[in-house]
Amino acid sequence: MEKQDYIWLCVLALVVAVLPLAIRNDYYIGVCVFAALNCLACIGLSLLMGYAGQISLCHAAFIAIGAYSSAILTVKAGWSPWTAMGAGIGFTAIIALFVGVPSLRLKGHYLAMATLGFGSILHIVSVAAVPLTGGPEGINNIPHLNLFGLKLDTDKHWFYFGWSMAILGLYFALNLIHSRIGRGLRAIHGSEDAACSLGVNTAASKILIFIISAVYSSVAGSFYAYYVRYIDPGPFDIMHSILLVTMVAVGGMHTIWGAVIGSTILTLLPTFLSYVSEYFKEIGFEYTPDYDILLYGGILLSIMLFLPDGLLDGINRLRNKLARFVIYPKKTT
Amino acid sequence: MELLRVNRVNHFFGGLQAVRDFDLTLREGELLALIGPNGAGKTTVFNLISGFYKPSEGQILFMGKNTAGLRPHAVTALGLARTFQNIRLWNSMTVLENLSISQHYRLGYGFIGSILWNKSVRESERAARTSAEELLEVLGLNDYVDEYPKNLPYGLQRRVEIGRALTIKPKLLLLDEPAAGMNPNEIDQLIELIRWIREKFKLTIWLIEHQMRVVMSLCERIKVLDFGETIADGTPAEIRNNPRVIKAYLGDEG
Repeated sequence: MEKQDYIWLCVLALVVAVLPLAIRNDYYIGVCVFAALNCLACIGLSLLMGYAGQISLCHAAFIAIGAYSSAILTVKAGWSPWTAMGAGIGFTAIIALFVGVPSLRLKGHYLAMATLGFGSILHIVSVAAVPLTGGPEGINNIPHLNLFGLKLDTDKHWFYFGWSMAILGLYFALNLIHSRIGRGLRAIHGSEDAACSLGVNTAASKILIFIISAVYSSVAGSFYAYYVRYIDPGPFDIMHSILLVTMVAVGGMHTIWGAVIGSTILTLLPTFLSYVSEYFKEIGFEYTPDYDILLYGGILLSIMLFLPDGLLDGINRLRNKLARFVIYPKKTT
Repeated sequence: MELLRVNRVNHFFGGLQAVRDFDLTLREGELLALIGPNGAGKTTVFNLISGFYKPSEGQILFMGKNTAGLRPHAVTALGLARTFQNIRLWNSMTVLENLSISQHYRLGYGFIGSILWNKSVRESERAARTSAEELLEVLGLNDYVDEYPKNLPYGLQRRVEIGRALTIKPKLLLLDEPAAGMNPNEIDQLIELIRWIREKFKLTIWLIEHQMRVVMSLCERIKVLDFGETIADGTPAEIRNNPRVIKAYLGDEG
């Protein structure tokens, strides 16, 4: 990990620590918890997309596997939440291996299609396998998660816990990309032929990173189940997979930090827009909520049009542009 | 000692026979050139030897081990390095990082070390960096350690690519048209470099080349391919006067 990454990690931790002091409303705290969970999933996806150069349209399915494993094993089998989450991770890793081995032989659109197919199969299973998943009615009364005897039952608890986990996941991911495994992945992204001619086992590396990124999603899914304490197939459909990919792309695919920024902004944006509309209503300028969606789409569209490499890249470019206007005092000799 | 033996290798792309009955024995320390008109199957032979293609028929023994059907990274692990016809450096990584990839792949630490980044990991990373820097110094590239390859002139890019191949500590080095696109001055430097690394690293080198100046001044032995078939094998003087070679390159007289 580089020095800059350490600094930004500290900044992020600081923001997380003080943010609940500024937000009084529990609802907004809750939205921030979802941002943390999306962030966790997006970090994993960014490892796969940005570093290994592979696309996946089935990460919502891995979130679902984590969430359903946790829910079923705690509610129906009476396991403890942490054990159930561990089982979910193991289960996800095995499924990711079976999905990854055949589909990672494919490239580009074909890989996207294969993962899309897997994602929709899993969604259909979660709707149709009523005895196991409860079907469209879902599973209720999922137990609370205990952290060293502390019951995580308020939004504020979850805010701190969720973001701590996101920061920990970020720390692991940043280490990983600077390790030999990460360098191997970047080499594959650059030129697969050159990578394997230098001894990088390309197939094994791609499958490994696919499994790692699936596990990130699975953990996010388990936390989702323990936080909301009720799950149904709704949030795990294809659209959510696409949303995750969009978050990574909006933030910027070239660094893990892009995933953090993209997932946070896209999770908070709808809430922010409805907050804005409330404000306009108060000053006597009312519009229907449909305009929120229009605005949301417009913002997405303009980011992709004008900042195709993501927000983070846009910020860097802006900084470089501004730097040209800074007049440095001439050194007198 | 015999380093590489290729026994009657055939390779087909669908119905097209790209390589026919290719035989070769390469002894340690030799410098062999493979030449032939465009489309003769030279690069296909390299791809077969380095594991990018699996031969349709035949046997490839590298240091006594059959490598036919092994994947490229496994062949590399046995000590066989190659460069590519069109330079394939990683342009998003610095020169130093380009030379680090294979070394980092030899580092012992695993997945847990990668995410926790503990002390032993830090030490082995530092050692790998030092050894890459040493190699760059030896190759005279120490001014470009943190430069991106795309910013270097073509001749230096080729040098970096050869250096990168050397990082796996090969016994046999395959060079696919190293002089392609170079000016005469760069070609002279390349000839020097190949001679020098051969001495310094005790390498066996096999190269594909169109530039006759490189072939004639470096190689003791030349093999000529045409339409996938070996049409000549001998010293530069023999090849120069071989009527089949002249015919393959220049066509029939009259």
